[in-house]
Amino acid sequence: MSLETLLPLALAIPALGAVLIALTGRSPNLREGVTFAAGAVLLLLIGSLTLQVVSGARPEFTLVELVPGLSLHLAVEPLGMLFALVAALLWPVNSLYSVGYMRGNGEGHQTRYYICFAIAISSVMGIAFAGNLLTLFVFYEVLTLSTYPLVTHHGTEKAMKAGRVYLGILISTSIGLLLLAIGWTWVAAGTLDFAQGGILAGNLGGPALALLLALYVFGIGKAAVMPVHRWLPAAMVAPTPVSALLHAVAVVKAGVFSVVKVVVYVFGIDLLAAETATHWLLYAASFTVVAASIVALKIGMERGNLKRLLAYSTIGQLSYVVLAAAILAPLSAVGAALHIIAHAFGKITLFFAAGSIYTAAHKTEIGQMDGIGRKMPWTMGAFAIGTISMVGLPPTGGFLSKWYMLMGAFQSEQLFAVGILVGSTLLNAAYFGPIVFSAFLRSPAESAEGDGHEHDHGEAPLPIVIATVTTATLTLLLFFFPDVPVALAEQMVGGVLGGAP
Amino acid sequence: MTAHLPVLQVVIPLMAAALCAPLRWPRIAWGLAVLVSWTAFGIAIALLAQVLDAGTISYEIGGWAAPWGIEYRVDLVNAFVLLIVAGVGAVVAPYARDSIESEVAPGLIPLFYAAYLLCLAGLLGIAITGDLFNVFVFLEISSLSTYTMVAMGRDRRALTAAFRYLVMGSIGATFIVIGIGLLYSVTGTLNMADLAMRLPDVDATRAVPVAFGFLAVGISLKLALFPLHLWLPNAYAFAPSAATAFIAATSTKVAVYMLLRVFFTIFGADVSFGTMRLDYILMPLALVAIVSMSLVAIFQQNVKRMLAYSSLAQVGYMILGISVGSATGLTAGIVHLFNHALMKSALFLALGCVVYRIGSVHLSQLAGLGRQMPWTMAAFSLGGLSLIGVPLTVGFISKWYLIVSVLEVGWWPVAVLIVFSSLLAVVYIWRVVEAAYFLPAPEGRGVIREAPLSLLIPTWTLILANLYFGIDATLTAGVAGRAAAALLGIGS
Repeated sequence: MSLETLLPLALAIPALGAVLIALTGRSPNLREGVTFAAGAVLLLLIGSLTLQVVSGARPEFTLVELVPGLSLHLAVEPLGMLFALVAALLWPVNSLYSVGYMRGNGEGHQTRYYICFAIAISSVMGIAFAGNLLTLFVFYEVLTLSTYPLVTHHGTEKAMKAGRVYLGILISTSIGLLLLAIGWTWVAAGTLDFAQGGILAGNLGGPALALLLALYVFGIGKAAVMPVHRWLPAAMVAPTPVSALLHAVAVVKAGVFSVVKVVVYVFGIDLLAAETATHWLLYAASFTVVAASIVALKIGMERGNLKRLLAYSTIGQLSYVVLAAAILAPLSAVGAALHIIAHAFGKITLFFAAGSIYTAAHKTEIGQMDGIGRKMPWTMGAFAIGTISMVGLPPTGGFLSKWYMLMGAFQSEQLFAVGILVGSTLLNAAYFGPIVFSAFLRSPAESAEGDGHEHDHGEAPLPIVIATVTTATLTLLLFFFPDVPVALAEQMVGGVLGGAP
Repeated sequence: MTAHLPVLQVVIPLMAAALCAPLRWPRIAWGLAVLVSWTAFGIAIALLAQVLDAGTISYEIGGWAAPWGIEYRVDLVNAFVLLIVAGVGAVVAPYARDSIESEVAPGLIPLFYAAYLLCLAGLLGIAITGDLFNVFVFLEISSLSTYTMVAMGRDRRALTAAFRYLVMGSIGATFIVIGIGLLYSVTGTLNMADLAMRLPDVDATRAVPVAFGFLAVGISLKLALFPLHLWLPNAYAFAPSAATAFIAATSTKVAVYMLLRVFFTIFGADVSFGTMRLDYILMPLALVAIVSMSLVAIFQQNVKRMLAYSSLAQVGYMILGISVGSATGLTAGIVHLFNHALMKSALFLALGCVVYRIGSVHLSQLAGLGRQMPWTMAAFSLGGLSLIGVPLTVGFISKWYLIVSVLEVGWWPVAVLIVFSSLLAVVYIWRVVEAAYFLPAPEGRGVIREAPLSLLIPTWTLILANLYFGIDATLTAGVAGRAAAALLGIGS
C-alpha cells in the first residue's frame, strides 16, 4: 500500500467504524468490538505513518476538488502527525474507559454516543492532515457538529442550554470570524495552502495583519482564548469520557493546533516577528493563562465542582500553547507542539479520575473527596501524576514542554513571558496541590458533607481503572522517551535546532 | 428528434396539463405528472450536455427565422436554470401523490396536477425563450397556475394569500409588459439578441431608461426583493406542501434569471451597472433583505412561514452577488440559484412529511418529533445546516463565493453582514432542532409514525444532493462561473 493512500484511510477507518457501529447497535458487545477494532487499526496505521514521517516522508493526497481551484487536500507535516498520533493513541484507551463509564452509570443512547465519537475522531484526522485552510475549516466544523450530540447527551434542559452555548460560540466564531479570515487570506494571498514560512509575507502588513491574526485566533474558538472560552465549561455537562477525550484532547487540541498551524504556516514566524502590530497575541494568551488559573484557584478554594475546575485548568493550559507560539522563537514553538501531547496525556488522566470517582462514589464536588485516595488508590495515584504534569514538574511530560517554552522565552529575551510561565506554574500548584493533599491525607470523617452519600465504595470498574492508569503511565513515559515527539516538533520548525532534517 | 428538444421542453408539459385537467382519476393525473416531469428533466439534462458540448443552441419555432419568428435560445445560463426547474419538478412530482391526497380535496387533485404542469411549462418557457414578449406570456402562465395551486391549500387563509399574490403578481406583470412595450416601440423588435444589438442606437431616447425602470420594478416584484416581498410569506405558508416546495425552489429563481437576462444580455452590464447604476439600488435592498428577513424569520412560530422569510433573505444573497458586478459575484449569484433550490425544496419537503403526519407545522407541535419521525427530522436538520452554510453542504459553496466576491472588491462591512446573517440562520434553524430533539411531545398526542417512503425518498434525494454538490461543486460552480463569464461577455 502506498504511503499516500494511508491518509484517506486514516479518515475512512473511523468513519467506516461509525457505520458499522450503527449496524451493530443492537448487540452492545459487538458494537464495542467494532470501536476497538477501528481504534486498533487506526493506531497501527498512524503509528506506521509516524515512523515514515519522522524519517522525512511527506505524503499528500487530494480527496476531492471542492470548487474549481480549491480542493479538500490532505498533506502530512510534523505537527499534524503529532496531533494525529495523540488522538489515535488515546481513542482506544478512551473507548475502554467509555465502556466502563457508560455501562457503569447506565447511560442511554450508547449507540449514538459511539457513532458520534467515531465521526469526531475521523474529523480530527481531517484536521490533523489538512493541507490547506479550507480543508482545516471543513473538518473543524464537522468536529463541532459531531460533538454537539455528545455534549447534549443527557437531553435535559441543562444539556440543551449548555448545547446552545457550545454550538453558539463555536459556530458563531468559526463562521463569523474564521471564515472571513480564510476568505481574506484567499483574496490577499491567492492560495490557502499551508507552506513553510507562511503565505502572507509581502501580501499584507501592519494593522491589517494584526486584524487578520485576531480573526484567526478568536475565530478558532476551540482554542478557548478568552473571551471565547465559555463553551468549554458549558461542555462539561457531557458524560465524562466526552470531556476527557474531546474537551481535554481532540476538540481543544484541534483549536490550539489550528492556531499554531496558522501562526507557523500561514503567517510565518519571521513575518509575525517583524510586524510588531501582531504582538498583542502574546498578551492575550498571557491574560488567558493567568485569568483561567485564578478562576480554577477560586473553584478549588470553594471546593466546588471538579470537572469545572479541570475545564478552567484546560483553558489556561491551552493558552500556554498559544503563548508558546506567540513567543515566536523556534524553541518555544517546539514547546508548543510538545505541550499539545503533554497536556493531552495529563488532562485526560485527570478527567478519567474525575469520572472514576463519579462512577464509584457518585461524587462531583472537591469538598466531598476528602480521604478518597485511601479507597481509590489507583485512581487518585493517577490523578496525582496528572497534576504533577499540569504543574510542569519532572518526571512527567509537562516538564518537558514547559522547559522548551521557557528556553524559547529566554532565547528571545521575552522576560514578560518568562514571568507568566513561572507565575502560572505557582498558581497551578496552588489549586491542584490541596486536592491531592486532602484526597490522601485528610480522613473522610473531617468532611462536612454529611449528605448520606457516604456509602461504602471501592475502586471504579476495572476498564476505568485500566484506562486511567494507562494514560498516567503515558504521562510518565513521555518524560523518559520523548524522542519521536521531539523529533517531529523540531522538524516542524525546519530542523533549525540541529535535529533530524 | 434531438434537434427539437428545446421546443419539446415546453410543449410536453403544456400539452400534458391540458390532458390532466379533465381527468377524473387523481392517480392517473399524478402518473402523467410524474412521467412528464421526468421527461422534462431528461430533456433539460440533454440540453445542458449539448450546450456544454457544442455551445449555444438556437431553435426557430415553426421554422420562422428570428427576429421575426420566436426563437428559443439555450446558452449556458438558461440551460442551468432549466436543469434546476426540471430537476426540482422531477423530485417533487413523485412526492406529491401522498402529500397532495392528504392536503387537497379529492375532486380538485387532477386540477392541481394540471396547474402544476402549467406552472412547470411556464417556468421552463421563461427560461428557454429568446423572445421578450414570449417571456411575458410564459410568466403569466406560470403565475396564474401558481395562484391556483396556492388557493388549493386547505387552510382558508390560503384564499386570501392567493388573492394577495394575484394582485401583487399582476402589478408586477403589468410593469414588465409596459417595459417590454416601450422597448418594442423604440426598437421594433422583441428578440432578445436583436434588442441587445439595436438598443445602443436608441439609448438617447427617454423611452429606454423608462423601460429599464419598469422592468426593474416588475422583475423585482416577481423575485420578491425587499420591499416588494409582501405577497410571498403567506403564499408559501398556506399552499399545499408539495406546491410550496416546487414554487419556493423555482419561481423566484426564474425571476432572478429574468433579471440576469434583461439587465446583462439585453441592456448589457455596461448600461445596467455603468450608466443606470442598478447596483446602487439592488445592493442596499439585498442587504436589508438579508438581515431584516432573517431577523423576522427568527420570530415566526409557523415553520413554513419561517422558511418563507428565510427564502426572502436568500433571494437577497443572490441579488447581492449579482450587484457586486464582478465575475465572482455573478458566479456566487448563479451558483446560489442552484444551491438554494436544493436546500429550500429539501426543507419544504421535510416539512411536508410533518404535515402529512401531524397536520401542522407550528413550532410547538414539532416538539418531540426527533424521536417519533427520526428520518424526517434528520433531513430537516441536514437541510438546515445547508441553509446555515456549513461546509460539505451546498450552502457553504454559495457562501464561500459570496464572501470572496465582496472581499475582492473590498466591501468589508458587507462581508461582515453576510456572516452575521448566517448566524441568524443558526438561530432560526436551531429553534426547530431543539424543539424536535429536546422538548417532550405535547400532551395527548398519540403515536406518530415516520412518514411513508413515498415522501421520504424524494426528501432524502434532495438532502443527498445537498451534500453531494456541497462536496464536489466543480460541476455547479464551474457551470456558474462560465455562465457568469458569458453574461459579462468575457470568454466563453
